[in-house]
Amino acid sequence: MNADLRTRLGGCELPNPVVTAAGCAGAGRELAQFLDIASIGAVTTKSVMLEPHAGRPAPRMAETPSGMLSTTGMQGPGVDVFLQRDLPWLLSRGGRAIVSIAGTGVGEFGELARRVSAADGVSAVEVNLSCPDPSDPAGRRFADDPVRAAAVVSTVRSHTRSGLPVLAKLAADVPDVVELAAACVEARADGLSMVNTVRGMAVDPRTLRPAVAGGMGGLSGPAIRPLAVGCVYRVHEALPDVPVIGMGGIRTGADALEFMAAGARAVAVGTTNFSDPSACARVLRELTELLDARGVARAADVVGAAHRTGTGV
Amino acid sequence: MSDNGPVQARCPVLNVRRVDAYYAITVVAPGIAERFRPGQFVSVTVGGDHSSTLLRRPFAIHDVKPDYGGTVEFLFAVRGTGTAWLSERRSRDLLDVVGPLGRPFPLPRDPVNCVLVGGGSGSAPLFPLAQSLRRRGCRVDFVLGAASADRVFSAITARRVAETAVFTTDDGSFGTRGRVTDVLGRVIEECRSDAVYACGPMPMLRTVTAVAGGHGIPVQVAVEETMACGTGICMTCVIPVVGEDGITRMVRSCVDGPVFRGEQVRFDDVGTIPFDALGAPGWKGSSASRAAESARDIA
Repeated sequence: MNADLRTRLGGCELPNPVVTAAGCAGAGRELAQFLDIASIGAVTTKSVMLEPHAGRPAPRMAETPSGMLSTTGMQGPGVDVFLQRDLPWLLSRGGRAIVSIAGTGVGEFGELARRVSAADGVSAVEVNLSCPDPSDPAGRRFADDPVRAAAVVSTVRSHTRSGLPVLAKLAADVPDVVELAAACVEARADGLSMVNTVRGMAVDPRTLRPAVAGGMGGLSGPAIRPLAVGCVYRVHEALPDVPVIGMGGIRTGADALEFMAAGARAVAVGTTNFSDPSACARVLRELTELLDARGVARAADVVGAAHRTGTGV
Repeated sequence: MSDNGPVQARCPVLNVRRVDAYYAITVVAPGIAERFRPGQFVSVTVGGDHSSTLLRRPFAIHDVKPDYGGTVEFLFAVRGTGTAWLSERRSRDLLDVVGPLGRPFPLPRDPVNCVLVGGGSGSAPLFPLAQSLRRRGCRVDFVLGAASADRVFSAITARRVAETAVFTTDDGSFGTRGRVTDVLGRVIEECRSDAVYACGPMPMLRTVTAVAGGHGIPVQVAVEETMACGTGICMTCVIPVVGEDGITRMVRSCVDGPVFRGEQVRFDDVGTIPFDALGAPGWKGSSASRAAESARDIA
């Protein structure tokens, strides 16, 4: 028996629940050397900005226990080149695209949504709320203030054509992730991607200086998995009807199943793509085997299993 | 998934041996061996399936042989837990290897005189390069340097494949006391070199590029940057490089390199975002140059 893997995220249906996490797969071109990019649920493309960005200085990366710290500073070619070069390539290979957008302000998010929404073949728009809010005197991220996050989501929603789902990408290191999630849903997000990297620091033991330029970096990898699973669980508990893409340190099919039991309809593989370029295909295969071994007819049946009393699935 | 791109394979270890201060591991990897060109590298998982050390370690390919369908050898010094784990591998252990990665050294069309300059284990990719150059009828001369005698890499092999081989050590324990760049100018003149190939730490590559420039000959450098993925997706190994169009871009050492034309690397700005780099803060390309950028990226 093979489980029915189809997954609905708002108005879009993916053939299976395994996608890539933004910033961990480019636009699919590099990973396509190692797996059939059309075989996974979708590629979430690296957050694209309106203009080209050179990103942060080096060093941009430090390995940490069961994870890594990184700070690339949104290096990218800008939305024009993305829409003319990267997106068409991905679609031409049969891949599905969840396009992550990152604005330097609310207005820029709206413009990005308009441009991306006008392109053919996009499956969903993901809103990177971990960008710094230029109107905040302390330089906090949009995700740090549910009101500001909602303003971004609302603007993106109103600039995105109807039927194209808008997903809000949430930070985990906020006072109340459920409040942030509820604010985004209230602002008409069709779904939630959670979680982004968690801010952290490593100090170089030799120089006693921060190991990555700028001091703080985004922590990712299995080190943050229990934290991410906890966020998904709490949000699913509060908002059980809202589709969630769960992510944070997924390395195996069992890890993916854990996120689904906590309430995720889909799962994203992030940092593991760096160490294992065929990881998405492997995670999908392992997840399918686990579902089949449990006699699960539909992948959707395990979503939220951790919340149910009784025998479960 | 592609015929000439990199492949990922679980490769049996053929042997692990000590080479002076380094370790050399040979794995059976036919898919990598058949695609390999000098200058390319492999990335290797360390620590086993349940390791807390997630990232692959990149190593320049030192040798490929046709045995067992194709073997690949790489070298490393033990620097941390990952390389210590690798040094403890034994024959028939399996390693998850991805390769060959990166842009190889371009080879001259004509049989010209080439001087190959390396520092420490950074010399590793120069040996298969020397063989390729020799097969094209090029004259090969080596300049190899290291901190001390036990870190000068494969002196015997260098003497065998090259017309001449000059060695330098920081402590004078082998060859000339000093740096490779102290003797490079003299070697270029004596050997009537037409081109330089170099691999090693960034400060060395900067000086090698300056020496080659002073003699009016082209130089290809292979950089050694830290990287998380090696496949071009993580964007952590970027350095500022000037393109043919004169525009500086932050490019990935792993897929846009590791080999670059020396004069195109902005050595003095490595570790920074130069103010005039494409997309730097405040960067405003003219509409013409931005249109050109679009056209170039799409092409």
